[in-house]
Amino acid sequence: MRLSRSAKVILGVVTVLVFLFIYVPLLLVVVNSFNADRTFGWPPRGLTLEWWGRAFDSAGVRGAVVSSLWVAAVSTIISLVLGTLLALALLRYKFFGRDVISLLVILPIALPGIVTGIALNNMFTTILGVSLSLWTVVIAHATFCMVTVFNNVIARLRRMNGGLEEASADLGAGVFTTFRLVTFPQLRSALLAGGLLAFALSFDEIIVTTFTIGAGDTTLPIWILQNLFRPNQAPVVNVVAVVLIVVSIVPIWLAQRLSEDSVGIGAARVKAKEG
Amino acid sequence: MVLPTQHPAPGAPRAASAVPPPKANRFSALLHRSPRLRLAGLITAPAGWLVLVYIAALAALLITAFWTVDTFTGKVSTDWTTDNLVTVLTDPVYQRITLRTLWIAVAVTVIDLVLALPMAFFIAKVASARWQKLLVVAVLMPLWASYLVKAYAWRNVLADGGLLEWLGAPIGLQSPGYGETAVILTLSYIWLPFMILPIYAGFDRVPDSLLEASGDLGAKPLTTVRLVMLPLLVPSIIAGTIFTFSLSLGDYITAQIVGGTTQMLGTVVYANVGAANNLPFAAAVSLVPIAIITLYLFIVRRTGALDSL
Repeated sequence: MRLSRSAKVILGVVTVLVFLFIYVPLLLVVVNSFNADRTFGWPPRGLTLEWWGRAFDSAGVRGAVVSSLWVAAVSTIISLVLGTLLALALLRYKFFGRDVISLLVILPIALPGIVTGIALNNMFTTILGVSLSLWTVVIAHATFCMVTVFNNVIARLRRMNGGLEEASADLGAGVFTTFRLVTFPQLRSALLAGGLLAFALSFDEIIVTTFTIGAGDTTLPIWILQNLFRPNQAPVVNVVAVVLIVVSIVPIWLAQRLSEDSVGIGAARVKAKEG
Repeated sequence: MVLPTQHPAPGAPRAASAVPPPKANRFSALLHRSPRLRLAGLITAPAGWLVLVYIAALAALLITAFWTVDTFTGKVSTDWTTDNLVTVLTDPVYQRITLRTLWIAVAVTVIDLVLALPMAFFIAKVASARWQKLLVVAVLMPLWASYLVKAYAWRNVLADGGLLEWLGAPIGLQSPGYGETAVILTLSYIWLPFMILPIYAGFDRVPDSLLEASGDLGAKPLTTVRLVMLPLLVPSIIAGTIFTFSLSLGDYITAQIVGGTTQMLGTVVYANVGAANNLPFAAAVSLVPIAIITLYLFIVRRTGALDSL
């Protein structure tokens, strides 16, 4: 098939337009975080750093940043442990129910976030009678972050040479010593990549969070949602939104450099379900 | 004659053979001998977590949909009833909301398909190898920006006196304002990369030689696209539509941010969890998108699209 020159040009122009469609709204948020006009009239009449200063001074924003970091860190640690154990079990052993469990691990991302959210909310409040807090958010986040770690570790294990572990055992190293000195060093970058993805997923997650967070707690996305409709907070919301863009994209960029497995269509699927 | 004592002086290094191995070593040896024990050690925590936290929660959700809320105390009562489901399925209000949600999901899917097809084709088949890599990264990066921020960005774009009005003014176009159209636009925006990626991967898998053969045999480019490319692409296109369709069905944040008063299934679920405090009813409503998605997956299963997810 030989495309005419004009067909190629038309396709190229469409591609450029779609890219503009993808990037312009995000850039608009960045520009508006410096927009002197509080109602974001376009084009901006002047630029200011006032909103960034106000965001840094806001106790509410600082508290939300701390909560978000804490939730993301704890859920990442839990999902690192659980995801690695699961990947080792599913790849190294054949057992009854193995297929069911490998389906189970993707279920939290296969169903829409709202289903996961309401199912956990119902479990905590109606069935168990637990009051919602940041801990319930951590439990929810760890459940779907586990998949990113699992995906990264299992992809690495598939390419790893099992002979090294056997050699280590033959040379007298125990099960734990072999893991510490032979398996773990080979998994390290996959764990780092999976952990970064899990962190980024948890840090800006909003849907499941709204269903599992306690009344008095605020993460950064929740803070945005609460202040979105307050006109006098709008400029600060823009600043927080920019911070959220940066904090979610930088770990992904790092993860991509660490591991080829982590940022592909499979990883996008994870992101798709959790927003 | 005094025999040297068997016990070394305190603090002196112990000879391995003289003392029983420490507990950790014995445990390690036991694990080494028994693969089953190793497996149990690995699988218990993660499988337990998934079953106790997630599967139990889903099962409870299904059961809760058949419970009810005591109107006086506001507490959930565990009497079995199908009232919630009957209301969701027969009340015209909820029928309208279900239809509107379906319409929004279909519109978003069609818009994304129309935008993604030429772009994915350009990236996979026209751009040079170096540009191809760059463009794929350019599609992937914004995909990772927060869903909330993207919806918020469109609140800015669509605002009174905002960018869209400024852009549309010279050609006499107005911003649609916050409402159903805004929801469709914003959701199309948010889910677009999820449509582009599988279709790009699909185009990329079609060998160039096949297209050249079609051209050599006299087919015009459009004929080649219609008869050679599209049939091979069907699974990828369906994979993309699964994303856009099912993600739009469950949405409620976008509807809240740019939808004005637009009600979707997700907003009904959220309202019943929060303000109305009727979890059984929220559970019943949430079964509707689950059922629609399951039905859709069931229909497209034969095309093999699920394997390319």
